[in-house]
Amino acid sequence: MSAAAAIAAAPADPLLSVEGIHTYYGKSHILNGVSLSVGRGEVVGLLGRNGVGKSTTLKAIAGLVRVSQGAVRFDGRAITALPAHRLARLGIGYVPEDRRIFPLLTVMENLRTGLDRHGVSKARKAELVDKLFAFFPRLAERRNQLGGTLSGGEQQMLAIARAMMLEPKIILLDEPTEGLMPRMVSQIREIIAALHADGVAVLLVEQNVPLTLEAGERIYFIEKGEVRHHARAADLRVDDPVIHRYLGV
Amino acid sequence: MDLIDQILIQTINGIVTGMILALVASGLTLIFGIMDVVNFAHGELFMLGAYVGVLTLSATGSFWLAFVAASLVIALLGAAIYLVTLRPLLGRDPLTTILATFGVSLVLQNYALWQFGPAARKIQEPITGHFSLFYLDYPYYRLVIAALAGAIMGGLWLFLKYGTYGIWIRATTQDRVMAQAMGIPVPWVLAGVFAIGSAMAAASGVLYGPTVGVNYAMGIDWVLKAFIVVVVGGMGNLGGSVLAAIFISLLEAYASLWVSPSQAVIVSFVALILTLLFRPTGLFVATPK
Amino acid sequence: MRDRRLLIYWLGFAVVLALLTAAPLVLPEFWRRFLTEILIWGLLAMSSDLLIGYTGMVSFGHSAFFGLGMYGAAAALLTTRPPSLWLALFYGLAAAAAVAAFVAYFSTRLRDIYFAITTLIFSQIFYVIIFTSTNLTGGENGLNFRRPALAIPGLFSIPLTPAALHWFVLAVVAGSYLILRRITQSPFGMVLQSIRENEARTRAIGYPVERYKIVAVMLSGLFAGLAGVLYAIQNQFAAPDFVFFLVSGETVIYNVIGGIGTLVGPLVGAGFFLVLREGFSRFFTEFYLIPLGVIFIAIVIFLPQGLLGFARRWLNR
Repeated sequence: MSAAAAIAAAPADPLLSVEGIHTYYGKSHILNGVSLSVGRGEVVGLLGRNGVGKSTTLKAIAGLVRVSQGAVRFDGRAITALPAHRLARLGIGYVPEDRRIFPLLTVMENLRTGLDRHGVSKARKAELVDKLFAFFPRLAERRNQLGGTLSGGEQQMLAIARAMMLEPKIILLDEPTEGLMPRMVSQIREIIAALHADGVAVLLVEQNVPLTLEAGERIYFIEKGEVRHHARAADLRVDDPVIHRYLGV
Repeated sequence: MDLIDQILIQTINGIVTGMILALVASGLTLIFGIMDVVNFAHGELFMLGAYVGVLTLSATGSFWLAFVAASLVIALLGAAIYLVTLRPLLGRDPLTTILATFGVSLVLQNYALWQFGPAARKIQEPITGHFSLFYLDYPYYRLVIAALAGAIMGGLWLFLKYGTYGIWIRATTQDRVMAQAMGIPVPWVLAGVFAIGSAMAAASGVLYGPTVGVNYAMGIDWVLKAFIVVVVGGMGNLGGSVLAAIFISLLEAYASLWVSPSQAVIVSFVALILTLLFRPTGLFVATPK
Repeated sequence: MRDRRLLIYWLGFAVVLALLTAAPLVLPEFWRRFLTEILIWGLLAMSSDLLIGYTGMVSFGHSAFFGLGMYGAAAALLTTRPPSLWLALFYGLAAAAAVAAFVAYFSTRLRDIYFAITTLIFSQIFYVIIFTSTNLTGGENGLNFRRPALAIPGLFSIPLTPAALHWFVLAVVAGSYLILRRITQSPFGMVLQSIRENEARTRAIGYPVERYKIVAVMLSGLFAGLAGVLYAIQNQFAAPDFVFFLVSGETVIYNVIGGIGTLVGPLVGAGFFLVLREGFSRFFTEFYLIPLGVIFIAIVIFLPQGLLGFARRWLNR
């Protein structure tokens, strides 16, 4: 598939548009001009080896890492310099690599950090919670348990659920299947599918290639802080030389 | 005059002072636990609260209005101090906050000295009258102080545990970055916490004002004791600082049966040393980490 | 290249020293005395720089060492006839060292904020003890005594006139600076700086970090006590006010203003602060400490490396 054709497959009016962003960590140049886009309701994958800047890309979009050059546009507006808490309110949900649920808050309180927003009626909040607990019955059972006492898989679900409470337009998922049992991996697949069905866009960073190819519509490949390749998931197979090139040892 | 009677009276005195100290110290603990800021200016917020109380009282004649006014005004002052001097220091070594707040405390102390002069002022207690406690006429007001301080701290606890803003504050303490990612306006939470801590100091100042004179240096002793309480109770541990405050005040009250009050403070110093030697994470912390 | 820089450094040092020596001959008495006091406070600030700037331990307890040095000297000058300068030095340093050992033992196992708070509390402990032991220390009123002469019995006796006192203080302070400089540049000093940079790693390499810290506190306390002795001799007066933790706070202020980790910085910081304070007090008679406090806060926020911070590398050659 030619690069031109692949780019042509990118959406015309993207929800999220990252344009040549650079970030630094002290003197280290981490992101070296990353560009990508995610359409409304689209599931996009971001693949690459460890340390190439996948997590940093998500953090930069979420406003948690400062962008020194380049721009990020979301839902029609420039968001590059906005603080993280504003971006969350604008509809960017972020699920970090190590889950990072609030350990001393209960499951319900964790959800409330996303739920308690201005302009959301009590009825709507109840509706959201009910819908969520229907989808995550395990979390419903443990609603009054402290976040820190949950198992790894349950914490991952809670981290995603918490972001969903923001009613986001896009969810940034950073390696959601890391350290999870295979049974939980398929649950993640279901969750992504459910988000997609709800019209929520997903930017998925993963090391798990089969999951990414199955869930995603387009895939970006990152190497050394730059997006080097871009393809449609349908055109890739798990043993594709492209995969080997960007993820192999 | 039995020794038992004296001890019982000192117990009550100790608890009353302890409750005020607890109120002051919990403001300090709140600020330290949530913001990693060691607020040296806390004693001056206490002192300025008392002064605002004096001014409001002489203007309106109402003690309770003075109480509310002091808390609100000093809360605003606290937020202002945070925005001007502490926000620029976010992300730097926490020790710089000691220096900055020390500077603030100097400025505030001298401001008070300049505006109000060195002579002490009096706040009239709202509830006069005594009751018979053994051989003493014990003022009702002292019991009111203890009860109010307890109520305020209880309110704080409830607020932190159940309210939305309480959840915001607790989330910010546990993971500041993810709190932001969840849409919690962390810069405002931090300013708010500092304002609440300041208001608590001010409230203590007004409550305690009637029992001593209000003057520019009254905060110094309190801030020292409050620091001791915070360390002995376990830094960042609200329940611990309340217990430690009462514990230390009781010890001092008993000690003042035998030595002069200015020497009785050594008791709290000794408590600090022993805590640091044997249970450095705090006497009232469940498990030493 | 390095030699040339050293040459410039020593030239600078000599020039400053010459200026300070000439001072009592040209300044009116008030300013002469003021300058001598700057030197003494500067020595106190220098002593705490060893902890703050080189070991990374912010101490709020230096008023204890200073005060005990002062009272130790007082004890010597009040109990022996004729009052002996050397005995005053000895008593003062011994008292300061004892206090430093005591404080070091309890607080060096603590880090950062806890260390700062603990040292502060310790200076208050000593304050209370001194304040309330009225029989021994004169309590609130302090002690008055006569200034001793610079004498070796049987050989010579130089009365410490204002000028002679100034030169004596200058000699002691300059000497202390040179000794402290030598210490910071020695292998011991290097370990201290390594502790400041990364304590865990220093410990992992195998250095007994606690022991180094204790020695650092004691050295720092010794020089602080020395400053106390000098103060006692200059003013013929010892009072508990100097043991109050605010004095420790001011010492830290001098350090921060001047620039920690430079030894000279704190002395400059002391001078800057004291001159400003004197100036402001004439201008804004009532609230003069307020602008000073604001300047300090501004330096903490905007100029954290202090006035001489930019020259830090250079001053440590």
